This record gives sequence, structure tokens and C-alpha cells, in this order.
Amino acid sequence: MTDMIITNIEEVPGKTIIQHLGMVQGNTVRAKHAGRDIMAGFKNLVGGELKGYTELLTESREEATQRMIEQARSLGANAVLNVRFSTSSVTAGASELFVYGTAVVVK
Amino acid sequence: MFDLIILLSLLLIGYGFGTYNERRHFRSIQRREEELQDILAFSTRRLPAGSSADVCLVAGNVVISIDYFKKVSAGLRNIIGGRVSAYESLLERARREAILRMKAAAREQGANAIFNVRLETSSITKGSRGQIGAVEVLAYGTGLTTR
Repeated sequence: MTDMIITNIEEVPGKTIIQHLGMVQGNTVRAKHAGRDIMAGFKNLVGGELKGYTELLTESREEATQRMIEQARSLGANAVLNVRFSTSSVTAGASELFVYGTAVVVK
Repeated sequence: MFDLIILLSLLLIGYGFGTYNERRHFRSIQRREEELQDILAFSTRRLPAGSSADVCLVAGNVVISIDYFKKVSAGLRNIIGGRVSAYESLLERARREAILRMKAAAREQGANAIFNVRLETSSITKGSRGQIGAVEVLAYGTGLTTR
């Protein structure tokens, strides 16, 4: 990946923060496709993991994180601290994945 | 009459497969928890003083669907109130699985401890009648690789 340091704690061990650059964020809204829904409908009867959804959400979070990293890089940061994930459902069948953190320069 | 037979058979299928899946899942969770015992997860946000380590964000998520029997029994519970044990076990499974996946991701990165673990739960439903009911649990934290 990159040399960008991403953590959800407030410091980078062994390094000091020399500049705060404010909040950076990335989001993505995803809908599920029909094929996955048919499988999910069946799984709703017998229970168990919905692998299609798990993968979809993992991919979407990675994309959101990537957007956040790009924003941080454009600000000249080399680390993002205190990262939080958040999920909200916009309408039935689509959900928003949101990730945010504080961009800093560490040395 | 015909509807009743369909309903009963759906309940039976849901109960049979649902219980079987749940037992199998719990067994697999237990086995993997023992495997990943050496990776410690903490929910504290402060690192031990003077530690020098490489950090990386690690996460694990899982979506688990309810079965038909759970859905109906939870619906009935809604009328009289009280503990909904059908959902309790569902959420426990999802949380433990998410934590396990986070730990597995940490091991892949070479980390040996995870700090500031956060768990987030969201429900996935679709359609006006909530045709698809599932919960998603995301566990994430900062993986530490001591140098």
C-alpha cells in the first residue's frame, strides 16, 4: 500500500506530531445487486453468514479508506490518527460507509 | 390449511438448519479463538508508556443472517416482551466472529497486540416488510508490531 500511517489511537508510538492538518474523510454509498439478494433471501430462511454482503462491505470500506488517504495526501499529511468508521443506511438496499480521521504530519 | 403447512415447514427448516449452522459456527469460533489466543485485544486507547512499535489499522467484519425460526420467535417475543434469546446468540456469534477476523488480519500484518478495539453493529434490512434481516458487526483497532 502506501507509507501513510493509519491508526485509531491518538498518537504514533515513537514519533511526535509536528503539525495538525484537520479532519479528512472518505465515504461511499453502495447498493447490493440482485444476485446477492436472491442468495440472501435463501439464507434468511436457514440462517448463517451472508458472504456476498461481507465482501461487499469490506470492499466498500477499503474504497472509503482509500479516498480518505488521498485527501490526507493532498493536504501533505503522512499519518491519519483517530480513525472512526460509521455505517448508515440511506434507503432500503443501499448503505453509506463513512470513515474519518485527523490528518497530521509526524516525525 | 395449505398456508399453514407451508408456514410450519418453513419454521421446521429454519429451526433445523438454523440450529445446526449455529452449533457448527460456535464450534469453529471456539477452535479459532484458541488458535489466536496469543494476539491480545485491548479496548484501552493509551499504549503502554515508552513502547516503540509499528502501527497499522486492522479490521474484521461479518454479516450474519437470521433464520426463519428466529424471525418468528422474535416476532412473538415482541408481543409479550422480555429477553429475545434468539437474537442474543446471533449477535454474540457475529461479534466473536468479527473479533476473530480482526485478529487474523493482525496476524497477517505481523502484529501481536491490538489496541483501542471498537465494535460497531448495524442492521441490514431490505424491503418494506424487512424481507432480508441481517446484522453486520465491524471490529477494528490499531495493530501493534513491536520492534
